[in-house]
Amino acid sequence: MKNSTTETEEIELQLLLEAIYRKYQYDFRDYSPASIKRRLMQAKDHFGCSSFSQLQHQALHEPDSISRLLPFLTVQVSDMFRDPSYFRSLREKVIPHLKTYPSLKVWIAGCSAGEELYSLAILFREEGLESRTIFYATDINSAALEKAEAGVYDLDRLALFTENHRRSGGKSSLSDYYSTGYGRAIFDKSLRQRTVFSDHSLVSDAVFAETQLISCRNVLIYFNRDLQDRAVGLFNESLVRKGFLGIGSKESLRFSAHADDFTEFDREERIYQKRGEA
Amino acid sequence: MKTGSDDSPRAVVIGASVGAIDALTSILPLLPAEFPAPVLVVVHVPADRKSMLADLFNDRCGMRVKEAEDKEIIEAGTVYFAPSDYHLLVEPDFSISLSSDEPVHYSRPAIDVLFETAADAYGDGLVGVILTGANRDGANGLRQVADEGGLALVQAPYTAEGQTMPNSALATCATARALTLPQIAEALNQEFPIH
Repeated sequence: MKNSTTETEEIELQLLLEAIYRKYQYDFRDYSPASIKRRLMQAKDHFGCSSFSQLQHQALHEPDSISRLLPFLTVQVSDMFRDPSYFRSLREKVIPHLKTYPSLKVWIAGCSAGEELYSLAILFREEGLESRTIFYATDINSAALEKAEAGVYDLDRLALFTENHRRSGGKSSLSDYYSTGYGRAIFDKSLRQRTVFSDHSLVSDAVFAETQLISCRNVLIYFNRDLQDRAVGLFNESLVRKGFLGIGSKESLRFSAHADDFTEFDREERIYQKRGEA
Repeated sequence: MKTGSDDSPRAVVIGASVGAIDALTSILPLLPAEFPAPVLVVVHVPADRKSMLADLFNDRCGMRVKEAEDKEIIEAGTVYFAPSDYHLLVEPDFSISLSSDEPVHYSRPAIDVLFETAADAYGDGLVGVILTGANRDGANGLRQVADEGGLALVQAPYTAEGQTMPNSALATCATARALTLPQIAEALNQEFPIH
């Protein structure tokens, strides 16, 4: 049995999410509650609030409060070439299909600070597809998009990125793509010359382009099942027939309302292919 | 002693780090197949390696053992291991969530994340167990288990390969009981008698 403090807190939490939605149109109401609560607990402590109600008061009445709250609500921590076997599968199994298209559009949905975008840009350059590809990197958090656009990462993360890239079957040296200074690695801006960065919400926005590949990893786990269905519905709508969808290694379309619209292209790596028939 | 009031759901959460496999081997195989609660386990494992814990313990345990999957409904008689590189959380509707949030105490999965969310969901129906380990992950989580009215158990530090984790848990959670591994297994079986 839960104690009454916990129950009060749950009410306050729902009211806070409602307030954020009504005032700023950022909709976290259908996110998985346990994780959102943990993040807002951190925000509450960070802003020196004694309760979610007090945090709600700040969110509603203080200017800029939403831009300070959003980073707490949307933290996703990724690495370049995270899960190298996923990128190896893209390289060895998906790229040969993509090579048959004269032009390509790739959507990195929930790109966060850009680690996945740069991984794909490097992979596409290595495979000779970069010049015919447009990348769409989207996120709801504009601060994250700015980070993605900057392409600057702490140097102490580069050993892992380099090892991941090698294990993904990388055909070049990762160090070819960045310069270093002040303890940071700055990725070559030519890697993002074919990228459109855009504010986009899987919760409330519509499809904006027809794509051949969508990579959306470790985003769906934050959504409840209804919201997952909405997001996968968008992907289904955006992808061309026989287009590819890559999701996180612990995510699945198995329980999705759209499961029948996709086939498991690489089950282990969670890469799906949209069915070809009309 | 039965801590859970009425028939609300109950569960066991266990956290362990260095020396975890030996310690868990002294507990999990002693729980019967019909154990009337779920057991959720976080073991610190390297992020770049597929966790083999579920396979390893499935062969040794009467209970069903599996790796936790996002959105699955938590069931009694089942041991759930956190997958490597993901936090394991319990939702208020007693389903599982995984998350890719930042590591806590340099760990993902982190024991604190499981214990805190499970304490929220199960309240006084929860039993938290901190075993061997070399950092202080789990100490805050165990205190939250106790604060919500749950039962807090800690492996007696002198019996643990890594003493930092049980020592931190005992220092942070004043009501926690220090027990040997066989005593912990016995306490769990007493706490969750088969009807």
